[in-house]
Amino acid sequence: MASIITIDGLTKRYASGFEALKGVDLTIEEGEIFALLGPNGAGKTTMISIICGIARATGGSVTVAGHDIVRDYRGARSAIGLVPQELSTDQFERVIDTVTFSRGLFGKPRNPAHIEKVLRDLSLWDKRNSKILELSGGMKRRVMIAKALSHEPRVLFLDEPTAGVDVELRRDMWTLIGELRQTGVTIILTTHYIEEAEEMADRVGVINRGELMLVEDKVALMKKLGKKTLSVVLAEPLTSVPGELAEWDVTLKDDGHEIEYIFDTTAERTGVSSLLRRLGDLGIAYKDLNTRQSSLEDIFVSLVHQEKAA
Amino acid sequence: MMLQNLRAIAAIYLFELHRFRRTLMTGLLVPVITTSLYFVVFGGAIGSRMTEVDGVPYAAFIVPGLIMMSMFTESIFNASFGIYMPKFTGTIYELLSAPVSATETIIAYVGAAATKSLIVGSIIFLTAHLFVDVQVAHPFAMAGFMVLIAISFCLFGFILGVWAQSFEQLQVIPMLLIMPMTFLGGAFYSVQMLAEPWRTITFFNPIVYLISGFRWTFFGQGDVGIEFSLLFVAGMLAVCIAIIAWMFRTGYRLKK
Repeated sequence: MASIITIDGLTKRYASGFEALKGVDLTIEEGEIFALLGPNGAGKTTMISIICGIARATGGSVTVAGHDIVRDYRGARSAIGLVPQELSTDQFERVIDTVTFSRGLFGKPRNPAHIEKVLRDLSLWDKRNSKILELSGGMKRRVMIAKALSHEPRVLFLDEPTAGVDVELRRDMWTLIGELRQTGVTIILTTHYIEEAEEMADRVGVINRGELMLVEDKVALMKKLGKKTLSVVLAEPLTSVPGELAEWDVTLKDDGHEIEYIFDTTAERTGVSSLLRRLGDLGIAYKDLNTRQSSLEDIFVSLVHQEKAA
Repeated sequence: MMLQNLRAIAAIYLFELHRFRRTLMTGLLVPVITTSLYFVVFGGAIGSRMTEVDGVPYAAFIVPGLIMMSMFTESIFNASFGIYMPKFTGTIYELLSAPVSATETIIAYVGAAATKSLIVGSIIFLTAHLFVDVQVAHPFAMAGFMVLIAISFCLFGFILGVWAQSFEQLQVIPMLLIMPMTFLGGAFYSVQMLAEPWRTITFFNPIVYLISGFRWTFFGQGDVGIEFSLLFVAGMLAVCIAIIAWMFRTGYRLKK
């Protein structure tokens, strides 16, 4: 696959002195879905804003489809469709007018057939004569995607496409993104849900505090991230971990009221059932069990540690 | 090349005109009613007690001033709103991410606002004919002057719209600066009617030169020579273009 976006040493320092990006290097392949994962304020939106021309870089360079984003901004921007995080629309315009406007703004000749196709693909065709303010939030998001696709971009940026969206709409969005990739468009989406990256992406980049901490194939990353924590709330507190539990590497929490066991969900044997069996054999009674996915926060912490250790 | 994306200019221009069409009734009725009221009050009630000003009946004398006043307000209002609203609602992301140059952006926004401003100016001119008999000495100069004024004040409005960070800031310059300067700039009287030192002070008001120039196109005479008026219009155009060029070069309040 050929690369469609090349980012080289990209930095951004705001007037306040805050460094939003600290030298990011990244290559995006044509046709892939790339998920940029990171907590709020990590620099995801800043990076997208620079590539799309909304913010200026302090240093470094970016090319899109072979065009430098500053020297040859027309070439670069023509190749990009952007769907920002905020639902910003011209409320009083009709759906079809605002989508047709976007195509003109990007310098493409009128093409009602293409506009119709985009609207149909996004299930907006029936709403084409509605004013945007009459639409639901999910529909408005679709209008913004339609605007971004109106000029046939090669790269589509989706900044937090499912932020503040209910579960059902999120599923719809995932299906939609899957369909978009069939058209051959490269998709870069930002998210702070691991689940979303897991569902959609071919590759995942993790960004935190303006630094790209890793870029990896999704399957490989999910192995790393696929850790869960089992908490066993005990009926009676323990003073120390019994020697019989040594093979599970458990830790005592909450003054001995809780046993915590971290396991790998992708492993053949997670060790959960054998651990519980052993607890029963030892006569250790428990009141409650719960498992949780390692949070993104935990993952960042472990990534930072790995990086320092390396 | 600066101008490549003509389709974008057309798209923005038509979008803006469409925005004006949505508020067509108020947009055109307001200037008509306001003008009529000015004629009833100034032209009828007061004008009937006044003699001619510079050999022109008072009701006819105020026509150029009225047109100028409305065009100043309309131009600033339309152009500043045109660029302020996308900033306010966030839709400016699309303009900033589009393959559109600064020059193309300005031509589209200022062109659309100036178009509306010229329509309003023409309507006031026609409305005035219902009340008084106005002869225009230099019709082509009049039309040309209106175009120049519309463009200059729309450029000014565009700057204001980019600068403003609240609706209040958007209003403050037209209401607190342009409006008083217009009233004191001889919209309703000849500067020659003032006593010293007010007459001399008035000549520091740039609006005087603009209104005087427009009046010259009607009656062949003004408070100052037409060449001074043209000089002031050219000056205003140059200053606005310089400020806008600087804004786009630095990304002032448009790009982070």
